[in-house]
Amino acid sequence: NVFECWRSKFTNSPTMIVMVGLPARGKTYISKKLTRYLNWIGVTTKVFNVGQYRRDATRSYNSFEFFRADNAEAMKIRKACAVAALKDVCDYFTREQGHVVVFDATNTTLERRDVILQFAEENGYKVFFVESICDDPEIIAANIKQVKLSSPDYVDCDKEEAVADFLKRIECYKLTYVPLDEDKDRNLSYIKIFNVGSRYLVNRVQDHIQSRIVYYLMNIHVTPRSIYLSRHGESELNLAGRIGGDSGLSLRGAKFASALGLYMTGQSISDLKVWTSHMKRTIQTAEALGVPYEQWKALNEIDAGVCEDMTYEAIQENYPEEFALRDQDKYRYRYPKGESYEDLVQRLEPVIMELERQENVLVICHQAVMRCLLAYFLDKTAHELPYLKCPLHTVLKLTPVAYGCKVESVFLKIEAVNTHRDKPEVQEVVFSYYNVLGFTNVCVCVCTYVCVYIYNNKYIYIYIHIYIYIYIYVCVYIYICMYIYMCVCIYIYIYIYIYIYIYTCVCIYIYVCVYIYNNKYIYIYIYTYIYIYICVCIYIYVCIYIRVCVYIYMYVCILHYITCHLADAFIQSDLKRWVRKGRRSGAMDWRM
Amino acid sequence: MKHRSHSEQHQGKRPRVPAAASSSSPPDGMEDTTPLKPRELTQNPLKKIWMPCKNGLPEKHISQRKVCMTNCPTLIVTVGLPARGKTYISKKLTRYLNWIGVPTREFNVGQYRREFVKIYKSFEFFSPDNEEGLKIRRQCASAALNDVRQYLTEDAGQVAVFDATNTTRERRETIIQFAEQNGFKVFFVESVCEDPDVIQENIVQVKLGSPDYTNCNTEEAAEDFMKRIKCYENSYEPLDEVLDRDLSFIKIMDVGQRYLVNRVLDHIQSRIVYYLMNIHITPRSIYLCRHGESELNVNGQIGGDSGLTAGGKEFAKKLSQFIQAQGISDLKVWTSQMKRTIQTAEALCVPYEQWKVLNEIDAGVCEEMMYEEIQDHYPLEFALRDQDKYRYRYPKGESYEDLVQRLEPVIMELERQENVLVVCHQAVMRCLLAYFLDKTAEELPYLKCPLHTVLKLTPVAYGCKVESISLNVDAVNTHRERPENVEVSRMSEEALLTVPAHQ
Repeated sequence: NVFECWRSKFTNSPTMIVMVGLPARGKTYISKKLTRYLNWIGVTTKVFNVGQYRRDATRSYNSFEFFRADNAEAMKIRKACAVAALKDVCDYFTREQGHVVVFDATNTTLERRDVILQFAEENGYKVFFVESICDDPEIIAANIKQVKLSSPDYVDCDKEEAVADFLKRIECYKLTYVPLDEDKDRNLSYIKIFNVGSRYLVNRVQDHIQSRIVYYLMNIHVTPRSIYLSRHGESELNLAGRIGGDSGLSLRGAKFASALGLYMTGQSISDLKVWTSHMKRTIQTAEALGVPYEQWKALNEIDAGVCEDMTYEAIQENYPEEFALRDQDKYRYRYPKGESYEDLVQRLEPVIMELERQENVLVICHQAVMRCLLAYFLDKTAHELPYLKCPLHTVLKLTPVAYGCKVESVFLKIEAVNTHRDKPEVQEVVFSYYNVLGFTNVCVCVCTYVCVYIYNNKYIYIYIHIYIYIYIYVCVYIYICMYIYMCVCIYIYIYIYIYIYIYTCVCIYIYVCVYIYNNKYIYIYIYTYIYIYICVCIYIYVCIYIRVCVYIYMYVCILHYITCHLADAFIQSDLKRWVRKGRRSGAMDWRM
Repeated sequence: MKHRSHSEQHQGKRPRVPAAASSSSPPDGMEDTTPLKPRELTQNPLKKIWMPCKNGLPEKHISQRKVCMTNCPTLIVTVGLPARGKTYISKKLTRYLNWIGVPTREFNVGQYRREFVKIYKSFEFFSPDNEEGLKIRRQCASAALNDVRQYLTEDAGQVAVFDATNTTRERRETIIQFAEQNGFKVFFVESVCEDPDVIQENIVQVKLGSPDYTNCNTEEAAEDFMKRIKCYENSYEPLDEVLDRDLSFIKIMDVGQRYLVNRVLDHIQSRIVYYLMNIHITPRSIYLCRHGESELNVNGQIGGDSGLTAGGKEFAKKLSQFIQAQGISDLKVWTSQMKRTIQTAEALCVPYEQWKVLNEIDAGVCEEMMYEEIQDHYPLEFALRDQDKYRYRYPKGESYEDLVQRLEPVIMELERQENVLVVCHQAVMRCLLAYFLDKTAEELPYLKCPLHTVLKLTPVAYGCKVESISLNVDAVNTHRERPENVEVSRMSEEALLTVPAHQ
């Protein structure tokens, strides 16, 4: 398992990445990006943004005054937030098996960093500081405009006011800011990033993961650019519904290639780089662009091993158990003698690194490869990744904005076959409905047979009784789910309104009778009383009715749950039997 | 694993797009406006790479090698006082770059000086007052730069490492000017070290063995060398954060404790920085070995995923004893994800890690075949492989070149780690070995890596000491020498002449 391999290779102890720097120095940008990258390469990582904790603690943000060093009350809140965040860090490492935590806060004071270092030492975590230093006012202003103005702190604020306030906020921090020092902090592990990556100071890199982080941080940049992802044009094997192989383009595929050429010319980018895989279909597509291009073996389509050149139907026929296993965990499933999506992600890591370094790039690749690349840019999980939609003849234009990526999907209006295979409907549901209906039918048949042929219609009333019972059961089972939801809504509605209505009536009535009419109209009182009594009865009746409905609903749910699990267990045991059989014959028991 | 070193670039025809079309978004009926006809593709039989062709003949490439990584060659210039490990870094970097497929050569100005003045007398030569010494040294530097120009412009080199002290700003200015004139990018690597122990160690290890001090007493030589350093110290101007802010450089402080990296310009510089940040000089040993003899080895079949034979298991046990006898406390064991290496590692009874990238070369359609069968089924492929074994890619499989790209992360991690035992496969071990022993692409596929033999590699001075330890368990031979005749038209017997004996 590659993931296990990464784990042990990286570290034995979890790592805390601690950001250091004044506000608006891109700390959150770096944190989010780094987290996205680490999660993608298979290291479970989470960001803890202390600013978010502060916002949760004090709902309303008034002004920069909050951040003044002499604001004792605010200081207390801020410290409490940091402590709360650290506590959650601890939870994440122990309960959720996290591997890396990015602690996103200013951490500008020695004191605060000491708290963190002590915390890490107590728990046995490694600490790596990432400090971002920037003295270019233009960059800072751009950053404030881009991300800080849309922050919840400034929702109903005038823009200029907000900028002025934020600048004052930075000033508050500047008073107590102590940067990491070459001499004093010589024993710490850190990277200092100057002016958005024009210079780096790296100190004491301890292990594999830190070395990877440093390499990544040294390769990212913030120059505006776009990345275009596209698949090759429709290939002959696509038409035939086969996977893998190394075929050429179909007629429509060739048409797409020239359409792509026009589209890219329309984008008018002067220094566009074009990358293809080593496969014929991508190279043919790139040839039509008439620009220089580079071939990467790493961009080749996922290796389907023994299933190369097969249709899905053929795979189902020849390797049904493999096919089922793949549907269960498409991300981790490795084709016999082939690759898994997980392998693919490892293979594509250098491509991502180079994409981060480059500016405008068009990547002409393949379905599985494009899914992996897209998952990186859109921060998708391993479960979503293999089901991302990357249709043929569609260019995805990715433009980095603020903390994420904007995606534009451009269909070039040339027909192509669909090669996307959705995850099959969860089998348990299908099976349980199927089982219930089947069960009912069998019962009816058996009853009919018993009544008519054996007992010669002697016990016809039993038959009818059973039949009605089953009929009701099925009806209730199928329809009640929908009704019950409505009932619950009505119940709440009635409960509230009737209550208010009755109380108001009674109050008004008493007032009217006793004080105004001096009990002259006592008959009205009685009349109203009866009316109210009926109302209450109805109310109670409705309550009981609803309660019964709820009970039935629960009963049905439990029944549904049981049947589902029975069906599921049946399928599972069957699958496991297959797998076990395969293992035995496939000699997987290599441990001596 | 940057796959760019064997990336190819094709210069297509400039698109003849009508002016109207260039400003419009994709129009609909474009059958009529198709701007150009794509060229036909043909597959290179050796490398199995698709390339454009005309009338059945491949179109000429626009300099395959220049494209990868940079558009212009790079000149790496070392900066630092003597005995700061400049030559160590240069040699190591050159070895690494050559291995990943970037043609690189190292130019040691000290070497030029030694050739120029055959006999070295004393540190006086380096004294700033020594007019004649200065003149000679300047001449040597310009001779070296001349050779750099020749190498980068005419001999298709991509990176030149200019190994000299370059301690003055004036000297560096000359080099920058030289590079600008020739269109080279310059990247400085400065090594700063204040720790006298490290310097002393370095002098004892490499400088005393230098030709300058062959007939010298050790202590005298050390003393002379310290004085030589003093000569440089007065005029030493380190790279400055502010003054040299426009230069691309990496400053390595105290043997990798701290790094200052400024203005990394392109891919190759970024790779160099990453590499330099991962190497270390802690003494350690790397053990390379293949899995024990497998069932397919005995049958003379290549590839596959078979288990160990009785002999292979015997080797695994012996290996365990051998490793225990070495008495290393924190040994890491790496295997591939194939059964035979995992079985071998299991016998060691220590934790181990599986790397998919350590898997044996993928022989594609030839997997699990005997050499005789390959000759039988694919005589053309077999001959092509013998012609250029390094670049030859099996149909639907890999070449040694691919393998080197795949193994790059392993090498990087090996550089980072200390004591490691790598249980791998023949082709993989050849690639790893070639890196440590600085072998060329031609030698690499014929390196001898027999079964049941452990290679112990220990870094010394500028290279690696190799000890080959046979564990005395019999195994089949799997090494096939290059036959005399590699022509496509050769007879089957000639092709099979060097196939090792098997069942």
